[in-house]
Amino acid sequence: MQPTDIRKPDYFHKVVDCQWACPAHTPVPEYIRLIAAGRYSDAYLVNWQSNVFPGILGRTCDRPCEPACRRGRVEEKNAATPEPVAICRLKRVAADNKTQAAVRAGMPKAAQKKNGKRIACIGAGPASLTVARDLAPLGYSVTVFDADPKAGGFMRTQVPRFRLPEEVIDEEVGYILDLGVEFIGGKRIESMQAVLADGWDAVFVGTGAPRGRDLVLPGRQEAAKHIHIGIDWLSSVSFGHINQVGRRVIVLGGGNTAMDCCRSAKRLGGEDVKVIVRSGYEEMKASPWEKEDAVHEGIPILNFMVPVSFEHTNGQLTGMFFEKVSAEFDAKGKRRLVPTGEPHVFVECDDVLIAVGQENAFPWIEPAAGIEFDQWGMPVVDQVTHQSTVKNVFFGGDAAFGPKNIIWAVAHGHEAAVSIDKFLSGENIADRPSPLTNLISQKMGIHEWSYDNDITADARNKVPWAAAEKTLKSIKVEVELGFDPSTGFKEAQRCLNCDVQTVFTTEACIECDACVDICPMDCITFTANGEEADLRQRLHAPALRTDQDLYVSTDLKTGRVMVKDEDVCLHCGLCAERCPTGAWDMQKFLLQMTHAGPQCRDGGKDQHRKAA
Amino acid sequence: MTYLAKPKLHHPTLPTNTLGYTRRDYEGKISTLCAGCGHDSISAAIIQACWEMDIEPHRVAKLSGIGCSSKTPDYFLGNSHGFNTVHGRMPSVLTGANLANRDLLYLGVSGDGDSASIGLGQFAHVMRRGVNMVYILENNGVYGLTKGQFSATADQGSKSKRGVVNSDAPVDTVSLALIMGASFVARGFSGDKKQLVPLIKAAIAHQGAAFIDVISPCVAFNNHAGSTKSYDYVRAHNEAVNRIDFITTRDPITVDYPEGEVVTVTQHDGTVLRLKKVNADYDATDKIGAMNFIQQHQAQGEVVTGLLYVNESSADMHTHLNTVDTPLNQLNATQLCPGSQALARVNAALR
Ligand SMILES: Cc1cc2nc3c(=O)[nH]c(=O)nc-3n(C[C@H](O)[C@H](O)[C@H](O)COP(=O)(O)OP(=O)(O)OC[C@H]3O[C@@H](n4cnc5c(N)ncnc54)[C@H](O)[C@@H]3O)c2cc1C
Ligand SMILES: Cc1ncc(C[n+]2csc(CCOP(=O)(O)OP(=O)(O)O)c2C)c(N)n1
Ligand code: SF4
Ligand code: SF4
Ligand code: SF4
Ligand SMILES: [Mg+2]
Repeated sequence: MQPTDIRKPDYFHKVVDCQWACPAHTPVPEYIRLIAAGRYSDAYLVNWQSNVFPGILGRTCDRPCEPACRRGRVEEKNAATPEPVAICRLKRVAADNKTQAAVRAGMPKAAQKKNGKRIACIGAGPASLTVARDLAPLGYSVTVFDADPKAGGFMRTQVPRFRLPEEVIDEEVGYILDLGVEFIGGKRIESMQAVLADGWDAVFVGTGAPRGRDLVLPGRQEAAKHIHIGIDWLSSVSFGHINQVGRRVIVLGGGNTAMDCCRSAKRLGGEDVKVIVRSGYEEMKASPWEKEDAVHEGIPILNFMVPVSFEHTNGQLTGMFFEKVSAEFDAKGKRRLVPTGEPHVFVECDDVLIAVGQENAFPWIEPAAGIEFDQWGMPVVDQVTHQSTVKNVFFGGDAAFGPKNIIWAVAHGHEAAVSIDKFLSGENIADRPSPLTNLISQKMGIHEWSYDNDITADARNKVPWAAAEKTLKSIKVEVELGFDPSTGFKEAQRCLNCDVQTVFTTEACIECDACVDICPMDCITFTANGEEADLRQRLHAPALRTDQDLYVSTDLKTGRVMVKDEDVCLHCGLCAERCPTGAWDMQKFLLQMTHAGPQCRDGGKDQHRKAA
Repeated sequence: MTYLAKPKLHHPTLPTNTLGYTRRDYEGKISTLCAGCGHDSISAAIIQACWEMDIEPHRVAKLSGIGCSSKTPDYFLGNSHGFNTVHGRMPSVLTGANLANRDLLYLGVSGDGDSASIGLGQFAHVMRRGVNMVYILENNGVYGLTKGQFSATADQGSKSKRGVVNSDAPVDTVSLALIMGASFVARGFSGDKKQLVPLIKAAIAHQGAAFIDVISPCVAFNNHAGSTKSYDYVRAHNEAVNRIDFITTRDPITVDYPEGEVVTVTQHDGTVLRLKKVNADYDATDKIGAMNFIQQHQAQGEVVTGLLYVNESSADMHTHLNTVDTPLNQLNATQLCPGSQALARVNAALR
């Protein structure tokens, strides 16, 4: 293999599995260490820079970082149930324990002088709010429009209050609007042409995927009064237009929306609430923890049942028929749902909530506006720049590529803000800024490091819940209580500090094997070089996860190379402690994405480096 | 040294041996030696060999003298018996322990100061008695523990870290062991576990006095230019005579090599060693030839390594002395004290 070029930002970035997996590339271990040190406000700000909504995400994030977390792999065959670090809930610890004054002091201020450029953001969800946050302090005049009276988008209107209290949304949306962002609520934009005619320098479309999919089956029309589209029903609940539901409720669908529907129904008087899904439990789209939470609240999930019809007497819904199916796999392993031939099952109910998917809809964007749409009715948008076919119109969040989640909306917002900033500076927006990286030795003394390298054996800590009697009574009582500071500290200690990198210097190595002998995870091997596939088999422990890189040195004195499998390295630093020559060093790799501002513009890169 | 305990976590694929132990189960406390010390690599090789051979940890006794090398039994086989004797006296304590209980595996660990300076006499006698043991001498040419004075194995003309030239002739422990009657003699290098681990395994299987001299650089006091026990020097001058290809008691031999390239040695207990020749002229069963070869090549400045000598029909001290088969701690009172009639018989035989 070719020697690893550790100067490429991606190499060490990939080793920080969580940060790599986070769409906004939040420096996770950096903020976790700050939490362990009790520096909650600093931890909050590290988050806020990257993901804009630490308090909201600390409760609701889809957490792509957690399945990626190295801790989960490291605990394999070592702990009864291997579990990643509770990264998401640690974010909440920072948000819960920070001081508002301190975080405000660390945030940018509203621009003193405007730069004369006007940006319209349509929709006030996380994508638009991120664009606004990034651009307003730079002097852009940003106006955010939303059909709803308050800003926040689906975070406010869809995510139920028992998962996300209103105060948290108010606070974090407030931080953005306080940067001199103009918000015009209660205003639905009805015409893109009109917007374009208003002469905005740039337009950002962050209108989400607002349309819930319907289920057209016999009886749908006749019994319409008690059949609701999930997301419409949830927003009505959120606005207080709906505050009760029938005694027996069927929720159709297996995604997160279905989970929010059933848990909400349970709190609005639904005594017998069931989720009924076509697929099996495992294949359901909802996050595992969302399913568990529903089951925990006593909501049965019935699988392999396909809805057939809505039954009613004179328009009064009485129940639904379902066909029983089973999963069959063809030769290619593709799953098919095949009827079992059993008689259809009748399930009685008073209300049905349909949560079988969301769609985009842009009825307000006229063809004459010039924005090209594809055959599926989606705008043609560049994956990287978020630019549409009208050069000064950008899309992000669920509106750009279909429904995803909050953290993706934020990541889109950052990228779109970079594009807008470069575009309005007359630059090529396809030329993207590289991230800011920094590699610093953590050595303080012979066996002293500026990070805590003692690896704890603790299992993942459970987030405490409020008593069910209380939480099921009101839709506004938050279920999760969050870690208290001492549990937060314990959980933070489970983090392996994957950003503290093992950095190898060939010239210093005397090939004494000390690092090989001490490494608890058998990561390091000195051997003859070879092709990657062959090398992976020849290491001390086979390197079976090909998505985890091998760190290969240049040739050593004996002609061999040092090969380190990054996969299950504990970042314990023992290799560096046992190395007599300092050939191994533990160096903290801090990567920050380059957001809108001078540093993202041409020539800004050098300035950027100097600042580091 | 390292202050943290090595984390208990291990690689998810870490295998177990037939006893159900992983290699990590054969580790000891975390080493307090200097980072990079060759001795730590030898400990790792012992761990690997014992794991591979399915050795039951509680059937091993580790004995050592004084020195950095002699401290190492604390860093491997944490569940075995141990005895840290006074300086240079490991061989006599080991001999006594072996006489009392022949059923344990005796692992003697020593240094060049411990064995070739203060303990030279004990070293010679334990070899000539043919005590069934594995004697590992961790040879760095200095007294590491007392800050790097030349030891008796330092080569004439080699330079200390401060530039002083050693004027005394070295004790060649390998030749001495051969002369004194060790039935298994080998030399390894701490920086080459591929060679060292099979040597240790073969020594464990050997019935009789097995001696391995392991060149083990002292990174703190003897790893500079001018030293003949440094990583660089040993790598540059290493003359391996053979490689142990494999060692087995159970598995049938399946690999075939062209005639002359491989020698098969069957040890007393039925263990088969296959020696892959590196030097075509070398015959590890010819003691006189081995002594000549070693002297010749050492005179040329080479460090001769590999399995240097093995006596296929070795016998140990218990055979020589015709002692009882059962360990003393398993004999009962009547066996240990057979009564006045038996004593009378013995006395009569001596009249
Ligand atoms: C029930 C439910 C639960 C969810 N739970 C989670 C969760 O726990 N975690 C998570 O990460 N994600 C969750 N999501 C997904 C997440 O809410 C969205 O992916 C995210 O909010 C998308 O952000 P966005 O900025 O693209 O737009 P949105 O948040 O969808 O906001 C779009 C805004 O645009 C406004 N708008 C639309 N059209 C117009 C117009 N023409 N004029 C003016 N305003 C307009 C809408 O009123 C809305 O406020 C959930 C979604 C649903 C439906
Ligand atoms: C009777 C006695 N004399 C002297 C000493 C001092 N002493 C301690 S270790 C040592 C030399 C050890 O050298 P070696 O066996 O080569 O071990 P190394 O530290 O090099 O591994 C000496 C002379 C002692 N402990 N006891
Ligand atoms: S930090 Fe070094 S010793 Fe620790 S697990 Fe990683 S490679 Fe092994
Ligand atoms: S401990 Fe240091 S000098 Fe020794 S092999 Fe490892 S990297 Fe090389
Ligand atoms: S002084 Fe030398 S022999 Fe002793 S521990 Fe240090 S390196 Fe090893
Ligand atoms: Mg010594």
